[in-house]
Order: sequence, then C-alpha cells, then structure tokens
Amino acid sequence: MLLGPSLTLSAILFTIGLAGVVVRRNAIVLFMCIELMLNAVNLTFVALSQYHGLNGQVMVFFVMTVAAAEAAVGLAIILAIFRHRQSVDLQNINLLRG
Amino acid sequence: MTELVFYVLAVSAVVSAVACILQRNPVSAAMWLVGAMFALAGIYVLLNAQFVGAIQVLVYAGAIMVLFLFVIMLLNLDRETTDLRRWPAFLLALGLVVGIGSALLALGGYTPHRLVAEVLGRPPWSDPGTALPAGAAAITETERRGVVGAIAGPLFRTYLVPFEVTSVLLLTAAVGAVVMAKRRL
Repeated sequence: MLLGPSLTLSAILFTIGLAGVVVRRNAIVLFMCIELMLNAVNLTFVALSQYHGLNGQVMVFFVMTVAAAEAAVGLAIILAIFRHRQSVDLQNINLLRG
Repeated sequence: MTELVFYVLAVSAVVSAVACILQRNPVSAAMWLVGAMFALAGIYVLLNAQFVGAIQVLVYAGAIMVLFLFVIMLLNLDRETTDLRRWPAFLLALGLVVGIGSALLALGGYTPHRLVAEVLGRPPWSDPGTALPAGAAAITETERRGVVGAIAGPLFRTYLVPFEVTSVLLLTAAVGAVVMAKRRL
C-alpha cells in the first residue's frame, strides 16, 4: 500500500536534509537537518516493512534510540564549543583545520 | 481516502522540511521540523506502523526536539543573522540535490508487484502483500497479538542483544553529555 509514494517522499526529505547540511552554518540547525535525514530513512524502513516483515520497524526503533543518544552528545559538544567561542557558527569552528 | 490523507500529510511534511532549512531563526526552524515529524507520524500510522507513529511523536517530536529547543534558548542564538553559507556552498548543494536526489527518486518507481518480483526472482502468484513469507508472517502475527505485540516478538527474541546494548549506549550518552556540558567536574 502506497509503497512508491512513500519511497518518493523519503527521497525528497533526505535530499532536503542533505541540502540543509551543506547550506546552513548554524551547528544546531545542521543537527536538525541530520535528524530530518534519519527520519527519511525511517520512512523507507516502515514503507518496506509492509512487505518484508516487522524487522524493519524494529530497526526504526534502534535508529530512534541512536538518534536520541547522538542528539544528547552532540548538543553537549555544541554547548562546550559555545562556551569557548561564544558562537555556534561553523565558520568560526576551525580548530581542527590543518 | 487513505491516499488523499497520505498526500496531504506528504505535502505538509515537504513544506515543513523546506521551511526548516530556510528559516533563519533556529527556534522557527525547530518548530517547522516538529511539524514535519508530526506529518511523518501520521504517515507511519497510514502505513500500518501505529507503534512507530506513537514513538515518533513521543521520542522525536517530544523528547529530542524539546532538547534542541532547550539548547537553542539556553544559548540565546537569535542575534546570529548571517546563517546561510556563501554561493559555492549553494552550488555544491544544488549538485548534491540533483545527483543524489535523482538517484533516490528512482526508488519511487517501485510498486509492490515489482518489489516482490525482484526479491523472489519471479512475478508473485498471489497478492504482493502476502507473497513474501516474512510479510505474510507479519500479517498473521499482527492479527494474533496486536500491533505492539507483533513488534515486541522480534525485538525481545531476535534482537535481544542489540536491545540490551542500546541501553548501555543510552547510559554512555547520558553520562558523556553531562561530562561534556559541565564546566568543571
């Protein structure tokens, strides 16, 4: 049911998230774009789980858990960076650049 | 009817996602992303994944986005005005969108019939929804145990070890977040 439209929507959302990651400079908004891409992948899992069994939905569960852990650690890192630089602009965060 | 609801939700998800990446104010971007996640939760329910739809609202729109909003308001980021990158990044984004987007959009051509034919290596003899053994098993399992019970089966049998490892991961992430966000231990 609605397999093709779901996969199309997932492709569109993933591409929007990818464009956001490239275009934005705010580290927090960048994280939100990554969450959008994870959501697009989740939609693919759910759409295909209608035909391939429920393991896809279990995988969505794991993806959400990892996304939650990633958001917690990532936002803590952003907080620490903000304390050093007074900014979350990625143009100012170039300490690791060679 | 289902298709109409699906397309309404799909359009609102895409519009919210575009608004999310174009909105200058991080708080507005976060609110648009919450909208996209609610639309996706509705789509999960339409795709017979009611449990995933519920935890999408609880975990993503509830917990994760509140964490984002909390950090945005804690840092008071409203004054950063130039948030978009300069034009080379836009060219790169355009290239990536055209390249990867067109490759991914090819997936939209999949119908259930074609999917089952490619997996089995022959056209399905019966209804494609039940032609794959795992799909047919999922339908009987859902009828027997309900939506949540059918997911709990594989989660606590086949994926028990990953499930337990996940709890360790969450504990590590929580401790790590505290250690990194704290000024001094």
